[in-house]
Amino acid sequence: MARPGNGKMEKLQTTLDSVLESVDKAEEFVIQEAGKAGFDEDQQHQIGMAVRECTVNAVVHGNRYSKTKKVHLDIERSNGALTVIIGDEGDGFDLNSLPDPLAPENLLRQSGRGLLLIRTFMDDFDLHPRPGGGTEVRLVKHLATS
Amino acid sequence: MSAKLTSRQVGDVTVIDAAGRITLGEGASSFRDTIRDLAAKGNKKLLLNLADVSYIDSSGIGEMVSGFTTVTNGGGQLKLLGLSKRVKDLLQITKLYTVFEVFDDETAAIRSFH
Repeated sequence: MARPGNGKMEKLQTTLDSVLESVDKAEEFVIQEAGKAGFDEDQQHQIGMAVRECTVNAVVHGNRYSKTKKVHLDIERSNGALTVIIGDEGDGFDLNSLPDPLAPENLLRQSGRGLLLIRTFMDDFDLHPRPGGGTEVRLVKHLATS
Repeated sequence: MSAKLTSRQVGDVTVIDAAGRITLGEGASSFRDTIRDLAAKGNKKLLLNLADVSYIDSSGIGEMVSGFTTVTNGGGQLKLLGLSKRVKDLLQITKLYTVFEVFDDETAAIRSFH
């Protein structure tokens, strides 16, 4: 993992294979960084779960477990905030096409709750096409407002 | 530690004691298989004890919902016992508190089936 940080900003970048083990690795990395940034145990758990859900999406839905496609994880720790960017090399998807998991008719669906958890646990969430192909998700958690 | 599930009989109620992590992969699939097997064998009153579950992700929640649907469609009941604060929070966020009956006390949970 590259660590080109300096001073008050620390940035970690790594590339992960499209396998489920990468989900655990991504979660472990981000929990470590969240702890260093000063988030408490519950907040670390929430940030870790948000990153877990995003990485699952990247491995399973984005890269579809492809051996030739990677998951790109960037974690940036700066004063008062943790920013995590998770990119895949898949075909992309339309956020608006996802059903609302809280609608009464969807409550008993087996899947579709990941983004709800991500949005609940993080302060900022945005999703956009990744340069070079795929999808990139950016998550931010602020210490002061957590 | 991935999920470990064992079942025991308390009268006509089958208590499933779950422990570990119920997450996408082995944990969630063993969870699914256990509930489906018990339902297929005709167990109609299932109490899922999550007291020793340290972590559930959205896939684990999905398996809980799937188990609930399987058991309910077969004319049975699936109730929850011993949720940690974090699991309770997840059920609140996902509005599944409106779906599941949740208990803190096993005796009260067993009694509720009758």
